[in-house]
Amino acid sequence: MSQAATPTLKLTRKDFMSDQEVRWCPGCGDYAILAQMQKVLPELGIPRDQLVFVSGIGCASRFPYYMNTYGFHTIHGRAPAIATGLKISRPELHVWVVTGDGDGLSIGGNHLIHALRRNVDIKILLFNNRIYGLTKGQYSPTSELGKVTKSTPFGSLDYPINPIEIALGAEATFVARSVDVETKHLQETLKRAHEHKGSAFIEILQNCNVFNDRAWEPITDRATKADHQLVLEQGKPLVFGKNREKGIRLGKDMNPEIVTLGDGVDASQLLVHDESNPSMAYILSRLGPQFPTPIGVFRAVKRMTYDEGANAQIESAKKRLGPGDLEAILNRGDTWVVK
Amino acid sequence: MTTHIETPPRPQVPKRHEELDEVVIRFAGDSGDGMQLAGMQFSNETAVAGTDLATLPDFPAEIRAPAGTLFGVSGFQVNFSSHDIFTPGDNPDVLVMMNPAALKVNLRDLKPGGIIIADTAEFTENNLKKAGFATNPLEDGSLTKYQLFPVDITQMTLRAVEGLNLNTKVASRCKNFYALGLTSWLFTRPIDPTIRWIEGRFKKTPELVDANIRALKAGYHFGETAEMFAVQYEVKPARLAPGKYRNITGNSATALGFIAAAERAGVPLFLGSYPITPASDILHEVASYKNFNVYTFQAEDEIAAVGSALGAAYGGAIGICTTSGPGMLLKQEMINLAVMVELPLIIADIQRAGPSTGMPTKTEQADLLMAIYGRASESPVVVLAPATPGECFFMAFEAVRLAAKYMVPVIYMSDGYLANGAEPWKIPKVSELPQIDVQFRTSPEGFQPYLRDPETLARAWVKPGTPGLEHRIGGLAKEDVTGHVSYDPINNEKMVRLRAEKVARVAMDIPRTDVHGDPSGKLLVIGWGSTYGALVEATERVRAQGKSVSHVHLRYLNPLPPDLKEIIHRFETVLVAELNTGQLLKIIRAEYLVDAKGMNKIQGYPFKVGELMQKIQELLEE
Ligand SMILES: Cc1ncc(C[n+]2csc(CCOP(=O)(O)OP(=O)(O)O)c2C)c(N)n1
Ligand code: SF4
Ligand SMILES: [Mg+2]
Repeated sequence: MSQAATPTLKLTRKDFMSDQEVRWCPGCGDYAILAQMQKVLPELGIPRDQLVFVSGIGCASRFPYYMNTYGFHTIHGRAPAIATGLKISRPELHVWVVTGDGDGLSIGGNHLIHALRRNVDIKILLFNNRIYGLTKGQYSPTSELGKVTKSTPFGSLDYPINPIEIALGAEATFVARSVDVETKHLQETLKRAHEHKGSAFIEILQNCNVFNDRAWEPITDRATKADHQLVLEQGKPLVFGKNREKGIRLGKDMNPEIVTLGDGVDASQLLVHDESNPSMAYILSRLGPQFPTPIGVFRAVKRMTYDEGANAQIESAKKRLGPGDLEAILNRGDTWVVK
Repeated sequence: MTTHIETPPRPQVPKRHEELDEVVIRFAGDSGDGMQLAGMQFSNETAVAGTDLATLPDFPAEIRAPAGTLFGVSGFQVNFSSHDIFTPGDNPDVLVMMNPAALKVNLRDLKPGGIIIADTAEFTENNLKKAGFATNPLEDGSLTKYQLFPVDITQMTLRAVEGLNLNTKVASRCKNFYALGLTSWLFTRPIDPTIRWIEGRFKKTPELVDANIRALKAGYHFGETAEMFAVQYEVKPARLAPGKYRNITGNSATALGFIAAAERAGVPLFLGSYPITPASDILHEVASYKNFNVYTFQAEDEIAAVGSALGAAYGGAIGICTTSGPGMLLKQEMINLAVMVELPLIIADIQRAGPSTGMPTKTEQADLLMAIYGRASESPVVVLAPATPGECFFMAFEAVRLAAKYMVPVIYMSDGYLANGAEPWKIPKVSELPQIDVQFRTSPEGFQPYLRDPETLARAWVKPGTPGLEHRIGGLAKEDVTGHVSYDPINNEKMVRLRAEKVARVAMDIPRTDVHGDPSGKLLVIGWGSTYGALVEATERVRAQGKSVSHVHLRYLNPLPPDLKEIIHRFETVLVAELNTGQLLKIIRAEYLVDAKGMNKIQGYPFKVGELMQKIQELLEE
């Protein structure tokens, strides 16, 4: 199984930087994500050779080239499928998938859903910049309705999908959201994903300053973020606002509503976050535009992982049938001898 | 294994025994009648009795087509003989017909004077109408040029299972075994293998074991006692090469070949697949061998299937993906990536008749150009094709061996006919199988991801998890040796040519090409894949007429055998026979600048020996 964190293993951020020159546009949110990953990994105590980054195609998917670990830059949308085959047959490896909103939700939507539902023990990072970066700025499945891009000069017509809802709908066992510029929060979320046994899905709100600048502005801007971020903490009431003066409770129709604390409303009436409660994750994922955007872990539950199951089946087959005997299966069934 | 033959009660009527050299039987009925099973079991019985055999299952794509319809007819042809045979036979000597529709569809193929066994119970007014008979052919005298045996199979089956408390529907399902029992008696085949099979298959429902065995024996005894059967036929064992044999289908042999190869390589096997006719049985069979360190993964789609196999290959497993034409199309982008990252990957294309959904249960060889050329840019892979069901084992093994040796994707091309067809197979000894030498690089000393073996040009296979060898691979163009992303134009051309040269060097591993017949002469017939049997038989027969025709059968389609050029130029005329509109033909003409002719058929069925002979004779007369 996975090598336990060896205290003697002293790695630094530098150890995880490859010799390749990073080629994202200056100012791209991808830099920050790369930096947080390279900061977090040394703390996990995993040798570099036990880490594999698998990606699809897109700006985000160049990620593996910059990590001094094992890496496989594959084809558009298919990284979860390749990572699945790798993880099943090599369960001891730590396998991370890096994908984009186009890669993971458009061309590769099917693979994402199935990797999550199977609970293959891989960590999937979806860099959501609400645009196709690498192909120079067409709208993506997460772009807002009416998005004007080169391919949609009169505005896009398709309703956007919400990555968190997709992950929850696929019964992912770990679903979280973080932000490229929230360095501490992102580091913590990456660590949580690593610690989770099973598929972990993190939507990372990422700025493409070239083709979709400020797409997440109110959530990321220093001046506005307190009112637009709802930081989820296990066992804590849902509170936000500059002075943490606002909260969310369930209203009469079982619909969430924003309330201001004080004036007869206190924290005890607020919803308390519970990562193991599926209804909570569902409510949080569907908060409307008038609500702040939740960041943090929506859901974290335990379920058998696919790779565990697959390897357990092999072990139990060996116990039940004995180790494979090639001579025996070649000679199976009715046989006869010609002299 | 001990085989003791059932001893039926003494016959009331003395039976005449007649020895035959070769018999072709076709079983047919509704797709729900169990004719595939009856045919397969008969093949097994006759295999155990030591004859040579070849089979042709022929069933509709519908699982249970409406009863009694012409399109719902499911048939199984078996040819068995006391000498070597290569095909399931052009025309049957015997029809075992479970209803009028089956008779309607199959009668035109029956040889004059042939035997018809028909279930009279099914020849009702309604069924006759559905089959398009104005009057009952069993009674109107239209079948006088055949030997007709009308038997109320349904009624007799019901009687045989009386007292077992089965409802009529379940009880009448046993009639395929009654028909099998009767046919087994008529051709003196042992029914013990079938009894054993029934006992195994219905282990969990003892009443079905009982019922089916009773039906089988009742059919067998009916032949023995009924006066209408005056002759019992016998086909003596064939003189096959000494050894231990079993009956095997191409799909089964393919599955075993993959498992054997992974065993000999000492590496786990990973089979990623998405169900598709006629490939699914390979997945089913491999999935039952989990105790061989075998991973099977039913993926969400064709792309994920091959992607998972590539991911496993990256991790150091033998990555295999099984599919058919429509799936092949979807996998090409992943195979393209495997070419670029130079990992071993085996893709088995069990071809079926197309395009598109086409005729899923029928056979064809029209994916060849797609396999060799059907990817983006310059994307060479190794392409192999087994020639017979038994040979599927060795070529599947070979596919794994070459993929691992050259770090290259290998496409293995079987087809519906090989997949479901069966033949006696001389079981190889495990110790005689070649060892597959897989070396994973572990030394960081001087490591570069695209350093190559000077002989094979293969790069090193490195398992993630190997300390000190961390590196990145991917679909972007890579610099020679270092594997760094590179857009250098000269480097790109160099890498394209290196990958092509690597595949070309696989020719070093191709054995000398056998020429059946004279090494030079008037006509050379070239075939590949499942047409082998029909081509051997057709060329042998024409040769027996004293004519100059030879036959070469290709198992290696890319690269082609290095000695093929020289062989081709020793003949005046070249004929390329294949089940497509001329795909290998195009390649042969382009590669060897020879004005080769084509013999082509795209009907979903294998060649008949007769039609091949005619074409060969025509060409020889020109
Ligand atoms: C089969 C295929 N179709 C199309 C493309 C072109 N393509 C490359 S990246 C991309 C979109 C990437 O968008 P996203 O996943 O959001 O990544 P980003 O660049 O925004 O990080 C497209 C359409 C491709 N590489 N492969
Ligand atoms: S195009 Fe956008 S996403 Fe891509 S590198 Fe540039 S800024 Fe980043
Ligand atoms: Mg994007």
